[in-house]
Amino acid sequence: MDIKDIIKPENQVYAKTKLMTDNELSYCPGCGHGTAHRLMMEVVDEMGIADKTVGVAPVGCSVLAYDFMNVDMQQAAHGRAPALATALNRLMPDKYVFTYQGDGDLAAIGTAETIHACNRGENILIVFINNGIYGMTGGQMAPTTLPNMKSSTSPHGRDVSTMGSPIKMTELISNLPGVYSVSRHAVHTPKHVRKTKKAFQKAFKDLELKKGLVFIEIVSNCNSGWKMRPVESNIWLEDNMLPFYELGDIKVDGKLIQK
Amino acid sequence: MAELKLMKGNEAFAEAAIRAGADGYFGYPITPQSEVIEYLMAERPENRTGMVVLQAESEVAAINMVYGGAGAGKKVLTSSSSPGISLKLEGISYLAGAELPAVILNVVRGGPGLGTIQPSQADYNQAVKGGGHGDYQLYVLAPASVQEMADFVEDAFDIAFKYRAPVLILSDGLIGQMMEKVYLKDQKPRWTDEEINKMSGDWATYGRTDGRERNIITSLDLKSEKMEERVHRLQAKYKQMEDEDLRFEEIQTEDADYIIMAYGSSARIAQKTVELAREKGIKVGILRPITLFPFPKKRLMEMTKQIKGILSVELNMGQMVDDIRLAVEHKIPVEHFGRTGGIIHTPEEILEALEEKIVKG
Amino acid sequence: MAKIRGAIVVDTEKCKGCEVCVPACPTSVIDMSKEVNGKGYHFAYMANPDACTGCSNCAIVCPDGVISVFRVKVEE
Repeated sequence: MDIKDIIKPENQVYAKTKLMTDNELSYCPGCGHGTAHRLMMEVVDEMGIADKTVGVAPVGCSVLAYDFMNVDMQQAAHGRAPALATALNRLMPDKYVFTYQGDGDLAAIGTAETIHACNRGENILIVFINNGIYGMTGGQMAPTTLPNMKSSTSPHGRDVSTMGSPIKMTELISNLPGVYSVSRHAVHTPKHVRKTKKAFQKAFKDLELKKGLVFIEIVSNCNSGWKMRPVESNIWLEDNMLPFYELGDIKVDGKLIQK
Repeated sequence: MAELKLMKGNEAFAEAAIRAGADGYFGYPITPQSEVIEYLMAERPENRTGMVVLQAESEVAAINMVYGGAGAGKKVLTSSSSPGISLKLEGISYLAGAELPAVILNVVRGGPGLGTIQPSQADYNQAVKGGGHGDYQLYVLAPASVQEMADFVEDAFDIAFKYRAPVLILSDGLIGQMMEKVYLKDQKPRWTDEEINKMSGDWATYGRTDGRERNIITSLDLKSEKMEERVHRLQAKYKQMEDEDLRFEEIQTEDADYIIMAYGSSARIAQKTVELAREKGIKVGILRPITLFPFPKKRLMEMTKQIKGILSVELNMGQMVDDIRLAVEHKIPVEHFGRTGGIIHTPEEILEALEEKIVKG
Repeated sequence: MAKIRGAIVVDTEKCKGCEVCVPACPTSVIDMSKEVNGKGYHFAYMANPDACTGCSNCAIVCPDGVISVFRVKVEE
């Protein structure tokens, strides 16, 4: 059989969702942001809720998420996305509201907004992209940078005695009663992508239950910040990030998972 | 038929917000304006109109909640006092940059820093110069009575949505705390989804429930040419505000030789000064700006033909006086008198200053 | 006996040459081209097209979503 016979519209089994715009992504080659965006938009598309979804984009590499996600979007000041999302949820309780935040946004400047939206149990989805570094501003240390990890502001490696240990925001907020569901995922291999997509499907469905905040962390690479090639960065992620930021369910249907 | 009540300024503001059909209030306690949120929480407007009232975790969170709600085309507001307004300035700059309609109340207290809890007018510069970073202005309303605290809520929302811009109501601790008669308007219904769609469907992010292109709320423009366009568009709004929505009041200026220029509490006190001065044969009148931006520049310039001098009376060390000097282009003497630290000037003190600095000088 | 045959179409101008699709493919179909696209990136292509089963692993892991996948059952 010729390739020409295979590549026919009726044989198509996968194409990028139309809820991703045609704009070329501004992310570095190999960056997990693109994959994460696409998975979310695929789920929103498949659930048919694009017209009821409003997203809040952060400050960080994904500040331009609104150029790529084809739903109503608001760009928030650094760290404040959960506050915007709170108002959106309170004023329009029938809409699917999500924030999409990086590690500086959620765990540094936005710590208070993150914790309080979680504490109030706002009916929103917080998507936390954790790559242990500040990409957009040139590779500085983040609250989630690993011990001894080098960055432009920890050039000799993160010294926990002066710079603190990395914060596991996900575990921190999972203890709050207002939080309904918490899980940690990755998007660097097909196996992880399929699992993460299922997580997003459950997340958007959980919002319909109005039982509290849904929190998904995605441990991702930043090959530019980590100064590696993309494939290399995904291996580094497996070897270094995942042992520290363990993947899996942390809280399901309002109950913490006992390990 | 308007309802007559005896109310505190802060409470009248809160009640007026409910009656103006506000969709949401997001605030944080700080003296001397905590009554706003306390009144709203006690009143439970979610049972009257469905209005959302939420105590945020900080002033920063509150202004960002306002941003989120405004972005969805809703009528939202917040209130705070001086140090809290400083915290909100980033959010206010974002509101201006993203062209969002919102109402912010500042019940000014003494500063700088933690300052005092007593009244002041020392946030004038912060208010009329925008306050936050970047090239923008706020439309600023300065109430001088509990009635105006109530009336200006609806006025502020009208302006905010006319221009897609944030509006600041610059009050002070005296007006916020004092009790006066106030006529409260009838309840205006909150906007329906259809009305929001009609009014703001071309920009607001409430979900594309009518099959339109997605809307984006942002103040970011990385291409310089687009940013320049955006800033020019903002400037055009401010020019239009100056042309169409300038407000000021004149009291006994027709035959005046001298003018006291004052707003808010200072204007109220100055009215007694005018009485005392005229008893002594000094013909003084008051020019009371109701909007601080736009500022009555043209009227001031006109007045230089008639007036021999202007005393700017402010509860601060001299802020509005500079704008008066700019407006009259040094054609006539302009001096300042003010008390600070939360101390309120007396009518007699103001008269003394008028005589010393303007009449004799 | 039916056999599954697949093929991918890469938007070569949008591909950023990150190579993440290469190890994702279970049958080693993909390699990076010798040519470059308009941005100077070596783009992904089917170096070994006969081995493609249309599993979509490459497409779902692609950060830029530049891969479309086709699959057909072939009667032998």
